[in-house]
Amino acid sequence: MEIPESVKKRLTLPAEEHFYAGHTACQGCGASLGLRYVLKAYGKKTIVTIPACCSTIIAGAWPYSTLDANLFHTAFETTGAVISGIEAALKALGYKVKGEDGVMVVGWAGDGGTADIGLQALSGFLERGHDAVYIMYDNEAYMNTGIQRSGSTPYGAWTTNTPGGKKHFLEKRHKKKVIDIVIAHEIPYAATASDAYPEDFIRKLKKAQNTPGPSFIQLFAPCPTGWRSPTDKSIEIARLAVQTAYFPLFEYENGKYKINMPSTKKEPKPIEEFLKYQGRFKYMTKEDIQILQEWVNHEWERLQKLAEVFG
Amino acid sequence: MDYKPIRKVVSGNYAAAYAVKHARVQVVAAYPITPQTSIIEKIAEFIANGEADIQYVPVESEHSAMAATIGASATGARAFTATAAQGLALMHEMLHWASGSRLPIVMVDVNRAMAPPWSVWDDQTDSLAQRDTGWMQFYAENNQEVYDGVLMSYKVAEQVNVPIMVVESAFILSHTYDVVEMIPQELVDEFLPPRKPLYTLTDFDNPISVGALATPNDYYEFRYKLAKAHEEAKEVIKKVGREFGERFGRDYSSMIETDHVDDADFVFMGMGSLMGTVKQAVDILRSEGYKVGYAKVRWFRPFPKEELKEIAESVKGIAVLDRNFSFGQEGILFNEAKGALYGTGAEPLIKDYIVGLGGRDFTVPDVKAIAEDMKRLIEKGELDREVDWYHLKR
Amino acid sequence: MAESPFKADIERVGKEYSEKMTPGAIATIPGSSVINKTGSWRVFMPEFNRDKCVRCYLCYIYCPEPAIYLDEENFPVFDYDYCKGCGICANECPTDAIIMVRESK
Repeated sequence: MEIPESVKKRLTLPAEEHFYAGHTACQGCGASLGLRYVLKAYGKKTIVTIPACCSTIIAGAWPYSTLDANLFHTAFETTGAVISGIEAALKALGYKVKGEDGVMVVGWAGDGGTADIGLQALSGFLERGHDAVYIMYDNEAYMNTGIQRSGSTPYGAWTTNTPGGKKHFLEKRHKKKVIDIVIAHEIPYAATASDAYPEDFIRKLKKAQNTPGPSFIQLFAPCPTGWRSPTDKSIEIARLAVQTAYFPLFEYENGKYKINMPSTKKEPKPIEEFLKYQGRFKYMTKEDIQILQEWVNHEWERLQKLAEVFG
Repeated sequence: MDYKPIRKVVSGNYAAAYAVKHARVQVVAAYPITPQTSIIEKIAEFIANGEADIQYVPVESEHSAMAATIGASATGARAFTATAAQGLALMHEMLHWASGSRLPIVMVDVNRAMAPPWSVWDDQTDSLAQRDTGWMQFYAENNQEVYDGVLMSYKVAEQVNVPIMVVESAFILSHTYDVVEMIPQELVDEFLPPRKPLYTLTDFDNPISVGALATPNDYYEFRYKLAKAHEEAKEVIKKVGREFGERFGRDYSSMIETDHVDDADFVFMGMGSLMGTVKQAVDILRSEGYKVGYAKVRWFRPFPKEELKEIAESVKGIAVLDRNFSFGQEGILFNEAKGALYGTGAEPLIKDYIVGLGGRDFTVPDVKAIAEDMKRLIEKGELDREVDWYHLKR
Repeated sequence: MAESPFKADIERVGKEYSEKMTPGAIATIPGSSVINKTGSWRVFMPEFNRDKCVRCYLCYIYCPEPAIYLDEENFPVFDYDYCKGCGICANECPTDAIIMVRESK
């Protein structure tokens, strides 16, 4: 259906839709929204690789497909390796990869398939310098298998294998900073993004498209099912995550850090704002919330210092 | 154009590398492991000297090697990888993925013993342990067959869309130099034209999705398709083998290479380089009056049931030489052969000799001793035992 | 009323499904997920008040399905065939032009 020019001018996102409804994501799913944005940014000249994750199911069981783009399903830990192979084959076959009219090779993996089992393949992909984009959509647990903890699960979060209980709650480990691991590879472009800021996410996707070499974007994608939050609050939670500096948005481009949000000129909102809608944090005591707040403060301060020194 | 072979003295690994170059492979993603390393080293040398136009992906593990090869093949390129023992075991999950995705990948596996204990020497258990993954398997007896095997495998694989592993012995073939007749590039190009993929990920106007979830309502039929492809591959293998023979003088039109079967009391059956020793010994034994022959199984998957039945009908005994073992059962080739012959009416005495595990040397005197044993058992008319750990010293 | 963009050749999907089992489990029709009308999942449905709408398009931008598209006058249209009733549109609408009401079937 044609979207009129007047609307296209006012729309802050590309108007084309390459992601169709009818998929089986939960109500209020941040992952499906994220994939919708990726396809809006890159259009049809895209090859997407999806490992085992919620998106495997969202993308549709055989013979249906929800994406209007080429899609290769692959094993859990292989996203980084498969996009390397696809990129190499495109070059061997004479295609232009990345750039305005080039083919976009996208690895779309969850936090489990990136931070844990897929970390080796991701590291290999980044180190070898392939021209592709790896997007980790972070819903902070292994959601597809029923909400088990991952390395990306934050302190205090309930999951089915770190539940709260009468004796202890089991998630005393802080969130693994995958973005720092990625930046340690000194790739040309890495960034964090959030579902609540789609224009920013698409801008970063476009920048990744036009930056040769490997690119990485970590997308904060709320999961109402796993986070025990109301389905209509998904975008608000994604916004609060940024505003409390729990998940700051920043870019790493050619060795320089640039913080997008929240503003460094004022104090970020207290972490309780982020926790308030999410049932998964209900086992936390005041001390636990303080511990989480201190971690957020520490990481936020560290990021600000990095932006100052390497700005 | 007349076929004028180019003779080179190369190792089995280098023969494989030359075959990869001549087959105009487009993407190689491999991880080093002894004794496969010289394959990928030689390929890298070709690329560096501009002799081959290959995208080389130095991956960070064998699992990623197969994953990257799968990605490349799905995109439409001709892809290759190589590995051995531990590496092959590590990529086991992705072997299933390659065959399920119906990708014509060719991989050279250098047969090496599985650890622990660590061993880098010849042993067939690594490749045979992958016999259920849906890959076809070709066992090379000598360096020439490694070279020919890779070229033929691309032609067969791209017709039936099933991946193939070309298997060679660690060190005995991989690192031992021998004369190999190579084929001039123009003639290889005639034999092996560019790949026409079953599907590609590069049709951006008609995008596809590959390998999604299949419910119990559908999965069964997908597996049946792969099984049917293996059955149909038997004819393709024979046709391509015959064509290879007509073009280049070395015939591969049978899945089991045999000799002296018609006038033999029993045959030696086995795979790979140990059959070279057997061929030598058979000549000597025949000159000493033994009525023996050999059946060299070239293709283990798809298993050549029909040819095996013909052989079994004309002999009184089969001595199976297994350089492998399936724990809790018996030697793998023996087990499969017995199973294939059940109910066919052909019932020679079949005995399993477990030889050469971990690269223990399998020599002509060993073959002669086994011949003695088989001769005695055939005269008696019954086996003393089914499985003989022949090489057991202590 | 504009035409829903969520169209795919559904008859072709049905036909290929039964006749042509593509080896490798290849799905050849992009967007064929539209055969699944997820609107049946709803408990609450978005009720749209056109008078209050300022055409900021936030509902269109944030819908995860997406089940909102734009008509000739550039107002959002809610495709109740696919709307799962998550309520994000109502939560994000700055003028309360969208209210979630319990659906009576």
